[in-house]
Amino acid sequence: MGLPFSFQDDFGRNGAPMAKTLGPVKRKFSPWTDPSAVPFIRFENITKRFGNFTAVDNLTLDIYEREFFSLLGPSGCGKTTLMRMLAGFDEPTEGRILLQGKDISGVPPYRRPTNMMFQSYALFPHMTVEKNIAFGLEQDKLPKGEITARVEEMLKLVKLEQFAKRKPNQLSGGQRQRVALARSLAKRPKVLLLDEPLGALDKKLREETQFELMDIQHTLGLTFLIVTHDQEEAMTVSDRIAVMERGVIVQVATPAEIYEAPNSRYVADFIGDINIVDGTVKKTDSALGAPGAVTIDCGGLTFAAEQECQAVVGDNVAYAVRPEKVRISPEQPADTSVNAVNGEVWDIGYLGDFSVFIVKLDDGRVMRAAQANVSRLVDRPITFGDRVWLSWPLDAGLVLTR
Amino acid sequence: MKSSRFDITVLTLGFAFLYIPIVILVVYSFNASRLVTVWGGFSLHWYASMWSNEGLMDAAWVTARVGVLSATLGTVLGTLAALALVRFQKFPGRMLFSGMIYAPLVMPEVITGLSMLLLFVALGVDRGFWTVIIAHTTFTMCYVAIVVQSRLLTFDRSLEEAALDLGCPPVKTFFKITLPLILPAVVAGWMLAFTLSLDDLVIASFNTGPGATTLPIKIYSQVRLGVTPEINAICTILIGLVTIGVIVASLSTKRAEIRRIRDEHLAQRQGI
Repeated sequence: MGLPFSFQDDFGRNGAPMAKTLGPVKRKFSPWTDPSAVPFIRFENITKRFGNFTAVDNLTLDIYEREFFSLLGPSGCGKTTLMRMLAGFDEPTEGRILLQGKDISGVPPYRRPTNMMFQSYALFPHMTVEKNIAFGLEQDKLPKGEITARVEEMLKLVKLEQFAKRKPNQLSGGQRQRVALARSLAKRPKVLLLDEPLGALDKKLREETQFELMDIQHTLGLTFLIVTHDQEEAMTVSDRIAVMERGVIVQVATPAEIYEAPNSRYVADFIGDINIVDGTVKKTDSALGAPGAVTIDCGGLTFAAEQECQAVVGDNVAYAVRPEKVRISPEQPADTSVNAVNGEVWDIGYLGDFSVFIVKLDDGRVMRAAQANVSRLVDRPITFGDRVWLSWPLDAGLVLTR
Repeated sequence: MKSSRFDITVLTLGFAFLYIPIVILVVYSFNASRLVTVWGGFSLHWYASMWSNEGLMDAAWVTARVGVLSATLGTVLGTLAALALVRFQKFPGRMLFSGMIYAPLVMPEVITGLSMLLLFVALGVDRGFWTVIIAHTTFTMCYVAIVVQSRLLTFDRSLEEAALDLGCPPVKTFFKITLPLILPAVVAGWMLAFTLSLDDLVIASFNTGPGATTLPIKIYSQVRLGVTPEINAICTILIGLVTIGVIVASLSTKRAEIRRIRDEHLAQRQGI
């Protein structure tokens, strides 16, 4: 008794049930690996030009039913244009968009079974929260009773029951975001489009809302397409992510694959923190396309990675390794012939959960290693100016051919 | 900071310059004497005689009708023009078109009036009530267009897109979303148009005909025969109306501002 922590209430005293109940446990979901699965949305050779500028360039993409799909990329990469074409605000210059197998080109936005949550929320300032949520339902000429019931259900879903009579300018940012979500969900769209939905929220609220979004998507069984430039957000919420650059998709994969097996320098660099060095292939242990070790010469240092070989000896490639996979130690590792470098601690970034060590190698190059702060030591054993060894296993490294 | 004697003097002179003529006009409207410049004691006589002056009352009635009708027509056309100018995609000559809407603002009234007159003559239209309305509509719609255009430039298009996205067709979206939100600008445009029509002398006198004498024309023609205190009386009433209008408008914006600040406080206090 008398513990000063609040989790006591959540877990309950004397074996009482947890205060917060969660839905059914999520199952593994991967229709994209099933060759017989029919895509729910299909972008087919889509090109969109605005004058001389090509926003989307001959892009093909399949999205499956009930998927939480992210379009991720820097601003101007064409992700918002792609979403707006699905909503019907822009028409593709070339190619077509299929929704459940039907071409939706030329269908105006007010007849499409998609709804969008806008980046600015676009709440109607002259209507109450209630009226905002009811707006879409009124357009469908649903009976009054049904509209009221649906609005109540939505208000409950986003926990805003007591704010029904408020106008949008009487709400905080987080509340507005929920109203926008409720309004776009009210019509039970086949696809919900979310344009940078959490961009205007502060970090803590954003993280909470990410999990709420996932819950709502899972409970309602809808297909969500989200546009974001925030890689953490995309990683957290998505089933799959499409990383875009200048109108084309660079990689489509699950968050784990994108992070652990990026297919290019661009993706590796865009997602998370990574050390990347240029080098040439010195030796391959297996034939092209087969798994095996690839050894790279990076200006005198020898790095190797265990992966499917995509290069031949002499190719110019990049070698990459994530900082958290690099071990930092004052002692020399047993094998220093490969994936081991020696240097001096140049800077330390203390992030609370992690510390990032920036190590200056003897040839002047810089590598980063991250270490989880598992103990509550305030004084770290490794500090500025220390000589250290960085090492990592074969399967931690990556050889990037493009 | 304490205001210096210089500041107070400048302020007094400025306001005196602006308001002394008006004050004289108002004071002499209560003059018992027939002579405009000699004070003969307080009287409401001229207000009573103004009411019985049929010519003046007819002119006032014509002016009111011309003002309401031309302001309304001008507001509809001006709002449409503003929408077209703001929303139309870029096309060659767009600058020319948007510049052309401003031209009537700087055009001398004599020229606007004369060109309208020539048009009506060429078309063989009899001049009268409706020609004044048409002439006023043409010159007031540009003012409305400018007022509404500046509001539309800051209008968040995603509100309209959201309505479309929720299944509302474009025309309905205009009436349910766009119009209610730009309404303050439209109303302001209407009031501006009404006021402009109310005090226009030049364009109206070019395009009017028998039986459609507006108040400014009437006043002007009477003054040429000598100022009567009746004119002072009707002008005082006009000043009163305009003053009430300005006070009501500024009070309502002030109240809206107070409400907005209160709303923001409310939102912050109960913020999630």
